[in-house]
Amino acid sequence: MTTKKEVINLIKQKIAHSEVFVENLKGDDHLQVTVISSEFNGLSLVKQHQLVYSALKEELASEAIHALALKTETPN
Amino acid sequence: MEDLTKNKIQNLIDSNPVMVFMKGTKLMPQCGFSNNVVQILNSLGIAFNTFDVLSDFEIREGIKEYSSWPTIPQVYLKGEFLGGSDILIEMYNSGTLKEKIEIELAS
Repeated sequence: MTTKKEVINLIKQKIAHSEVFVENLKGDDHLQVTVISSEFNGLSLVKQHQLVYSALKEELASEAIHALALKTETPN
Repeated sequence: MEDLTKNKIQNLIDSNPVMVFMKGTKLMPQCGFSNNVVQILNSLGIAFNTFDVLSDFEIREGIKEYSSWPTIPQVYLKGEFLGGSDILIEMYNSGTLKEKIEIELAS
């Protein structure tokens, strides 16, 4: 199991200048994650999501996080 | 990933214009995220093929490596990775999904 705080820290370490919001969807292994960062500028959605996934690679591989609903945005 | 697995994945993606790797089948999705993708494609009237990753552990793990994408479902359009459940939902809601798929399939 990975806490919300751990998820936020992992993403912030990987993606500079990011704001991260995490909510539980259904139990602790189903998370809704929203990441807002200027690093996403000019990247396709797939690339934006891949960047976030790369920060959580180990947690996803070990199924500490089973499912992630992900939303990425650039700051307005 | 073994070559055999990679070849199987490549073959599925190359021979099906819209290919979905999912948990379960079109009629019986075994996961809410996989179900989302099936419902979206069905509602747009798009023909697609599916592979049930629960039936093959090698493919289930191999497909994640293939696309550097750690979750299932995964949708491929004309050999290119299009996205997972979240991206499909976002494209569906913004109205860009149908157009994107139709343009690719026509080309």
